[in-house]
Amino acid sequence: MTRAAVKSNVKMHTPLHVAGTPADGAPCVPSAAPSAPVTASGAILLRPERAPVAQVVTADGSLPGLARRWLRLNMPAIRATLLGALAISLFILAWHVVTVNRMDLYVRFLNVPSPEQVLESARTAFSTGAFFEHIAMSCRRIFIGFAIAALVAVPLGMLMGRFALLKAFVFPVCEVLRPIPAIAWVPMAIMLWPTNEQSIVFITFLGAFFPILINTLHGMANVDEVLVRAARCLGASERATFREVYFPAVLPQVFTGLTVGMGVAWVSLIAAEMISGQFGIGYFTWEAYSLVQYPDIALGMITIGVLGLASSFLIRLAGRAVTPWSRTK
Amino acid sequence: MAIPATAPTQTGLIEVTGFELAYDTIDGAVIAVSDADLVVNPGEFVSIIGPSGCGKSTLLNAVAGFLKPTAGQVTVDGEAVKGPSADRGMVFQQYSLFPWKTVRENVEFGLKMRGMGRSERAVAARTLLGLAGLSAFENHYPDRLSGGMKQRVGIVRALATGPKVLLLDEPFGALDAQTRVIMQQILTNLWQRLGISVLFVTHDIDEAIFLSDRIYVMTARPGCIKAEVTVPLPRPRDAALQLSPEFIRLRADLGALIREESLKAMGGELNEDALKGLAVNLNGSNLAQVV
Ligand SMILES: Nc1ncnc2c1ncn2[C@@H]1O[C@H](COP(=O)(O)OP(=O)(O)OP(=O)(O)O)[C@@H](O)[C@H]1O
Ligand SMILES: [Mg+2]
Repeated sequence: MTRAAVKSNVKMHTPLHVAGTPADGAPCVPSAAPSAPVTASGAILLRPERAPVAQVVTADGSLPGLARRWLRLNMPAIRATLLGALAISLFILAWHVVTVNRMDLYVRFLNVPSPEQVLESARTAFSTGAFFEHIAMSCRRIFIGFAIAALVAVPLGMLMGRFALLKAFVFPVCEVLRPIPAIAWVPMAIMLWPTNEQSIVFITFLGAFFPILINTLHGMANVDEVLVRAARCLGASERATFREVYFPAVLPQVFTGLTVGMGVAWVSLIAAEMISGQFGIGYFTWEAYSLVQYPDIALGMITIGVLGLASSFLIRLAGRAVTPWSRTK
Repeated sequence: MAIPATAPTQTGLIEVTGFELAYDTIDGAVIAVSDADLVVNPGEFVSIIGPSGCGKSTLLNAVAGFLKPTAGQVTVDGEAVKGPSADRGMVFQQYSLFPWKTVRENVEFGLKMRGMGRSERAVAARTLLGLAGLSAFENHYPDRLSGGMKQRVGIVRALATGPKVLLLDEPFGALDAQTRVIMQQILTNLWQRLGISVLFVTHDIDEAIFLSDRIYVMTARPGCIKAEVTVPLPRPRDAALQLSPEFIRLRADLGALIREESLKAMGGELNEDALKGLAVNLNGSNLAQVV
């Protein structure tokens, strides 16, 4: 259509890269005004039509081609992984040096077990069932406490975000209880619950509860009002709006809360296990100290770290699975 | 099929009478719109234009049912508007697609709310997406779409439930000029095909003329209807229409009407003479001195 409209004003021009220069060979205006054609004012210079070009260049499907592309696209991640591995190796090396030489650098490494000793005690621990029972026990407590926290805090946070009166009623209590650390809850929890087991789960629950609640509330405050309106004038009821708009809208924030909550849950669990447990990885670590089995202390600590890392990772994985729209890039 | 019959509709009559809406603020009631009357006949395309802040969105939100008038009434087909409903489709200036739903799921939303079955609504959504040239994108999430595509999906989503009227609040305001013109043609096509009433808010005079059967011009705040202009241009309309003498005359008339109100809206100090004085002063000195 444009082509028909410009009629006689159009001058077809063959060489692709000189569209800005006049056809009769007049000297080209140097870079001062490269885009302004020197031809009669108002003339349109059309370049010859280009052969169609594919929008996406189909990838080289062969295995080496695929591998090369994968390497190129994942370069930053690969570099980060390598750097991470290097840092951990250096840490272990430093640990080895200070412990094997029993250094005393004001901080005393006299009794600190060396990596080799810890590896040795890990071998022993892995060959008996007791160690895994401790781990299973801790995981069970985390799972129960965390699941209850999520099941209570997410709906409560959503309702509080939606109904200002409920928030005004519940929020002050939360704000007072929130800063109390898990350890401070231990005596009270032991008094409150019939069994030790229940009080430990309760403390785990408390640790996870507040981060999840606060993040859900935050998410609710940031829900785009125009989306709610859009849903309402498409015929959504209050309940449907909750399910179809508020819930997916807060999901990313909920998962932030779950990740933070999982971290705090582990902190709380270990504290509770050290003080009042009879099983669990926290108990194992504390008992190692009482029994002067120093390598087991480090083994317990490392196990706690790995377990915490793994559970956060699982949550992030779940989060990505349920919010497919937020990772389209 | 979810697409309403193309036969001339007898539904979709919007009547706004003696409309007033005041926002309660700490400084007292801010009267956004006062004593506005307008009518949109069944199947008609009507635009509202006016200076920024004159209450266009307020009026439209009241028709949608999001705001209650402090005086006067809003009726659709003789029934007072009590709240938002699927009878009145709305397209917002901000892109308002659900980011967690694909294009097709967005379009299906209204049908799902109505309880339509999965396969049935997929068919309906695909048909509408085809009309808007979006078939290839049905499984994309909104953040992969350009602004023009998002707004097309927004329009199609609002139309999917077969509303009696379609309300649009500056839907193309964020688009570039070329895209906007194409969007206007798509909207015109959909409107003619569906025979639905449209109330369209814009501040773009050309857009209002190109699209509308009638145009209401609003005054500065508190807004009321200053003028009602019938657009006598024949349909179908195309881009060449903008060169026709009628179009140019209409644009000049509307421009003068709105300019007067815009100056008022920008504060009492500005008027035509003051603006000319400003120009003379600027001409007499170079920019560095002015700044
Ligand atoms: N919630 C509110 N509280 C107080 N005043 C408001 C509120 N919303 C809008 N207003 C005022 O009411 C007037 C009309 O607002 P409205 O959004 O309807 O204008 P508009 O014509 O749509 O403007 P624009 O072209 O900028 O979108 C404005 O002056 C605005 O400041
Ligand atoms: Mg507005």
